[in-house]
Amino acid sequence: MARLIEIRDLSKVYERGKQKVEVLHHIDLDVEEGDFLALMGPSGSGKTTLLNLIGGLDVPSAGSISVGGQRIDQLGAGALAKWRAARVGFVFQFYNLMPMLSAQRNVELPLLLTRLSSGERKKRAAIALQLVGLADRATHKPTELSGGQQQRVSIARAIVSDPTLLVCDEPTGDLDRTSAEEVLGLLRALNRDHGKTVLMVTHDPKAAEYANHTLHLDKGALVETAATA
Amino acid sequence: MKYLHLVWASLFRRKMRTFLTLVSIIAAFLLFGLLDAVRTSFDQAGQSANGAQRLQTGSKLSFIQTLPQSLEAQIAAVAGVKAVTYANWFGGAYQDPHNQVFSFAVEPNYLELYPEVAVSEEQRKAFAETRTGALVGEQLARRFKWKVGDKIPLQSTIFPNREGSKNWSFDVVGILHSTDKKSGGFFDQMFLLHWKYFDETTPYNRGQVGWYVTRVADVNQADRVAKAIDAISANSDHETRTQTEQAATASWMKQLADMGLIVGSIMGAVFFTLLLLSGNTMMQAVRERTSELAVLKTIGFSNGSVLAMVLAESVLLLVLGGVVGLAIASLLIPVVSAGSGGMLNLPVVGADSWLLGLGLMALIGLLVGSLPAWSAMRLNIVDALAGR
Repeated sequence: MARLIEIRDLSKVYERGKQKVEVLHHIDLDVEEGDFLALMGPSGSGKTTLLNLIGGLDVPSAGSISVGGQRIDQLGAGALAKWRAARVGFVFQFYNLMPMLSAQRNVELPLLLTRLSSGERKKRAAIALQLVGLADRATHKPTELSGGQQQRVSIARAIVSDPTLLVCDEPTGDLDRTSAEEVLGLLRALNRDHGKTVLMVTHDPKAAEYANHTLHLDKGALVETAATA
Repeated sequence: MKYLHLVWASLFRRKMRTFLTLVSIIAAFLLFGLLDAVRTSFDQAGQSANGAQRLQTGSKLSFIQTLPQSLEAQIAAVAGVKAVTYANWFGGAYQDPHNQVFSFAVEPNYLELYPEVAVSEEQRKAFAETRTGALVGEQLARRFKWKVGDKIPLQSTIFPNREGSKNWSFDVVGILHSTDKKSGGFFDQMFLLHWKYFDETTPYNRGQVGWYVTRVADVNQADRVAKAIDAISANSDHETRTQTEQAATASWMKQLADMGLIVGSIMGAVFFTLLLLSGNTMMQAVRERTSELAVLKTIGFSNGSVLAMVLAESVLLLVLGGVVGLAIASLLIPVVSAGSGGMLNLPVVGADSWLLGLGLMALIGLLVGSLPAWSAMRLNIVDALAGR
């Protein structure tokens, strides 16, 4: 398998007032294309920060991040936004859907950044909703959907532009066990059947079992890796 | 355009708040439409093709100072003068001092200088032959249900008759119809009486006239004629100022009120309040959507796109309210004009007012949206998603 993500000597320091907090220390990490990786660790260990850096939401203080051969740590804000639109799908713990838009319109959002026609955008959003099993909920607003359904809409939004990488921050953190398993099953299917590389931050060891590998972070450093599937 | 549904949905995320803000914007632009019509009406006063041929001569000191009637012959002798007439302000009220009637005491040839006012030949003749006769504008006649043959008592606000009473009596002998409602609608409210009857009845007036009206043979010679007329009385105790009808009307209006300044001041205060009100609404709307804006940026919307969307939302808010407000003003103006019984002849909201209104909507929208749009653009994704 080809290497998709290559991280070298990555550090991240936040300034909180006069205080400097080093959240990540000299991380080295490689992720193969088509992998499903779980990131675990206690609160404040730097999991979400690492995920944000890999997803291009934040910039490192030192070190390099290459995704698909591109040094994203060297991209400016505009180029990074374009890169995210084309290459990364995001899934959040609290779904982060637009409350005033229907499921269909929420899924269409990333496609607004493409040159696709309105008809083509609708078609692709419908396919993505079908893939997550919510074709019959297309016209529903987020408040009319259960938590599990909202998270599946959020996954549909993440995959609609066919990104290589799915970045999921505690995707089951707000769900009951049944809904969590549905969502995790969906992520595994996207990884196995559609070749998406999935990076998932989780506190839940059962959720981590769906991943191929689990990485543990503690105090900003990688402490061990384990193959789980 | 493909972001329109997103902008629209964001705008109506809090329906009640947006509705209340829209009501304020509608009220502001309704007021703008109405006041702009009043200003335009004042600006247009005296503007007409016929008016361009007429000059008005009044006292240089004040419009309440009178001039000797003997000037008529001298003015008529000025080269380029085609016709000359004169009039006095009478200032009548009907039944109640609040029922003011625009009444002028005029020379018999007065209407010859106003071809935009139609009176039948028979009624014109009756006016010439009846000492106490009066010609009444059609709106005025309708307002007080007057008809030809009625005897009308008017109380002058200034002039007593020989008995010392301010009660005068007139016989309605004809009805005036203005043929150009836009520029001559004023005549539909007029009450014309004989200058001779006026002059002989009141001890306050002895061969004095309020102003002269002159028709020039060539509009291009109006300036020269005006100077020649004023030269007649130069260095006398009744020096005159001769102006075009439009300039004289504008000058008279300005003595009543500087409408441009009044309208400008009111609208300035209204729009400043609107700026604060809708600015607050937009700030609140954007603050509430911090995480949603962060998600948009996360999935690839650029800083510029987010800035443009918030600005578009703000401009859309102003344009929606503004267009509805101006549309209501357009519908209301004819009703107000009709309801005033001809006292107000407001022009419809024209293309100029719409353009000015749309410009104001866009400008206020951009001003109102600039701060929240800037905040949205500068939003740090990681902090916003973390709720910091």
